[in-house]
Amino acid sequence: MTETLETVPEVGRARRRKEDTRLVTGRTRWTDNIQLPGMLYVAFLRSPMAHARITRVDVSAARRRPGVVAAFSGRDFADEQGSLPCAWPVTEDMVQPDHPPMAVDTVRYVGEAVACVVATDRYRAADALEAIEVEYEPLPPVLDMNEALKPGSPKVHEAGNKAFTWKFSNGDVEAAFRDAPVVIDRRYRQQRLIPSAMEPRAVVVDTDGETFTLYSATQIPHILRVMLALTTGIPEHRLRVIAPDVGGGFGSKLQVTAEEVLCLLICRRLGKPVKWTESRTEGNLTVHHGRDQLQHIEIAAERDGRIRGIRVNLLADMGAYLMLVTPGVPLLGAFMYNGIYKMDAYDFTCTGVFTTKMPTDAYRGAGRPEATYALERAMDELAHELGLDPIELRRRNWIKHEEFPYTTIAGLTYDSGNYEAATEKALALFGYDKLRAEQADRRERKDPVQLGIGVSTYTEMCGLAPSRVLGSLSYGAGGWEHADVRVLPTGKVEVVTGSSPHGQGHETAWSQIVADQLGVPFEDVTVIHGDTASSHKGMDTYGSRSLAVGGIAIVRACEKVREKAKRIAAHLLEASPDDIEFDRGVFRVRGTQTGKTIQEIALATFAAHNLPDGVEPRLDASATFDPENFSFPHGTHLCAVEVDTETGAVKIRSYVAVDDVGTVVNPLIVEGQVHGGIAQGIGQALFEEAVYDPEGNLLTTTMADYLLPSAADLPDFVTDRTETPATSNPLGVKGVGEAGTIASTPAVVNAIVDALRPYGVHDVPMPCTPERVWRAVQEGAAS
Amino acid sequence: MPQITVTVDGITHEVEVEPRLLLVHLLRDRLGKTGTPIGCDTSNCGACTVLMDGKSVKSCSVLAVQADQSDILTIEGLSTDGTWHPLQKAFHEEHALQCGYCTPGMIMASLDLLRENPAPDDDAIRKGLEGNLCRCTGYCNIVRAVRRAAAEMSGREVSAT
Repeated sequence: MTETLETVPEVGRARRRKEDTRLVTGRTRWTDNIQLPGMLYVAFLRSPMAHARITRVDVSAARRRPGVVAAFSGRDFADEQGSLPCAWPVTEDMVQPDHPPMAVDTVRYVGEAVACVVATDRYRAADALEAIEVEYEPLPPVLDMNEALKPGSPKVHEAGNKAFTWKFSNGDVEAAFRDAPVVIDRRYRQQRLIPSAMEPRAVVVDTDGETFTLYSATQIPHILRVMLALTTGIPEHRLRVIAPDVGGGFGSKLQVTAEEVLCLLICRRLGKPVKWTESRTEGNLTVHHGRDQLQHIEIAAERDGRIRGIRVNLLADMGAYLMLVTPGVPLLGAFMYNGIYKMDAYDFTCTGVFTTKMPTDAYRGAGRPEATYALERAMDELAHELGLDPIELRRRNWIKHEEFPYTTIAGLTYDSGNYEAATEKALALFGYDKLRAEQADRRERKDPVQLGIGVSTYTEMCGLAPSRVLGSLSYGAGGWEHADVRVLPTGKVEVVTGSSPHGQGHETAWSQIVADQLGVPFEDVTVIHGDTASSHKGMDTYGSRSLAVGGIAIVRACEKVREKAKRIAAHLLEASPDDIEFDRGVFRVRGTQTGKTIQEIALATFAAHNLPDGVEPRLDASATFDPENFSFPHGTHLCAVEVDTETGAVKIRSYVAVDDVGTVVNPLIVEGQVHGGIAQGIGQALFEEAVYDPEGNLLTTTMADYLLPSAADLPDFVTDRTETPATSNPLGVKGVGEAGTIASTPAVVNAIVDALRPYGVHDVPMPCTPERVWRAVQEGAAS
Repeated sequence: MPQITVTVDGITHEVEVEPRLLLVHLLRDRLGKTGTPIGCDTSNCGACTVLMDGKSVKSCSVLAVQADQSDILTIEGLSTDGTWHPLQKAFHEEHALQCGYCTPGMIMASLDLLRENPAPDDDAIRKGLEGNLCRCTGYCNIVRAVRRAAAEMSGREVSAT
């Protein structure tokens, strides 16, 4: 063993990533790279109408086009396509309409598939779409949630436009608001977003006539396999799902899509391998969208700033159908509108509304960014109302570090945290007082470029999730995660993880964990994932769960391996297992230098010549970990913006993030997650919006119309950490995938509003484009 | 169908192509060069960036016939004798990639950027890579990687002369 291994734990090291080798050399395996002998290409014809009855579909001319092997309409699949699943019936009376993967009678959003062509290459498949004839009888689009809920509104579904109303209440909210010295009453709009993973979706399906192998750019190969089996009737054991290298997801690939089901059915029907890869326009139209809520938040407070209670009323746009976790997304926010603050009463109501738009579903943060935005914006309004510094207001309300574990008004028990420490560190890095002085100076000078400072102190519930809690919320599955750890004859280690990554660096981080747990070199560990044939059991990657749940499954499996090895070592050393101690890869007889390395034990186990009675010749173990609680990362983000009051242009001058994600396995990966999360949150604050016109056509169908932040739009981020270990798992980890996105959107908008307070501005609707900022200044000045 | 001659990563191919065939589809579907991915269809994202006769192009916006008689360099041809190019090393060292889908284009665009400006400051790097989108990294580490590669590349040139 090397000196390094003996002295420096792997957990905490900034290891460069193992997965980079293939990614920087172009040897990656994206789904669209796959070419199989005789493979056919699928292209979908999509509805140009937001809402219409389909009166006729004729694919016969398309079938005669060169290179075309088959063409199908929705009616061709009507008997076998089933309904796309929604796994989260949030209330007993939730309206859950049938969701045919290909529309048969009615289309309910622009982009819904109505027919398809299967051809020998992708160009011919696209050509033949032109030959399909479809006749529609237009129905009125339903685009505005408030209008949709009015009696007499056109209906998206026969059962009406309300999907559900879900309520939560704790404490006496009426009393909290009755005679409250201060009430803040605000409405915010969470605009609709397009997740925009860089890799477009792609599906390849192959069959040997008996079994089916489906490759998909998905976050959830395991969930997908179960759901496809239930949807299509293909038995689960004859269906293998592979997520090869997946180019980003951010929740958008946490879905069971129409195209996955249809490609499977087409492959079954034709007995040939098929491939479909979306264009970016198809992606913008039909990858599920994110956010889209109308938020009404009220805070009742004392004059000293202490919060008495919070009342929240949401309308959440479901779009045309309920997809995998569509109705659950706003509910993930239900437990977060109290944030890091103490209060006596809380009331939450959410109504899910159908519209004739693409369905919404999980997008990075899923419900928690929305909650944090409304809360942190309203906290700044309260601070302004009371003439308090926004940091001071938060300080007066947050849970103090000595008060953990703390059960919140929303019913969650936050296990650990130190909001004071993270905030102090952030203030120092940011130079808060100096920036406030500059702001005062610019206000004094009436500088046309004003400086604004935005504060966001957030927490989130992640590490999804304790299965029992998910059950109590009517979610359709558990929240455990699985791992297998196998020590090979030569002492190298294979780890099979059920958490299927798409950029998070599992291969590296999991190797670090195993290296410490088994005392083997980092280089000696390989990580297998994303294929239901080699990784039979998993709950996949979303909700910042991989490390906090999947990582712990690995720790547990390693513990079992060590226990087995200890028995074998004791036998080989002729000692009692109780006298064997494990120290960085060596099993020693206590108090002696006599020992066996784990590699020696692996070889001895393989030979199996001299094992203790009753011990199987294998040095491997499995573990499935179900967390007892969520984890609760937190942090303080500070943003300084310069706002040109004459043009409305916003420039982010500096951005400081101090996050507490518990124990850090790899600081490089953590910092990367924070950077990317902040950028996405800034995207929502400044640039991004999925826009539908009054007819229900999506206007932002390309990356030229839907603006993602580029390198030129963003500053360098200053990031740092505090480390308050989680107490709910043995590594002390909390998860980091969503934190940046949750924190940054309110930090940026708070900064813009802060800059414009002297102009009478109290809000700028997102995205805060120059035009919107300029209009806010004009309207503020006029009022 | 037109016949074209195109050299890709040092290997010359004579291929018949439909006039409408995009260069990126020639690379990916016909020549097996799947190291170059497609991220959009409107030349906004830059994931498909390759060098054509030494200059960066978005291969989703070039017809294969336009590449006739040209020399194409993709991410797959960047390392020499198994040694990574300084940009590949720098992206790895600085953790300038997560899902890695934008990485081939980002590296090829950076190569062109450094050819034009061997010692760019951060601002020049950010402006120079404006046509390449990344959804994972927030760009901080990409900027660091390009800066690091620039230093190594200029250092190597100095030592070579």
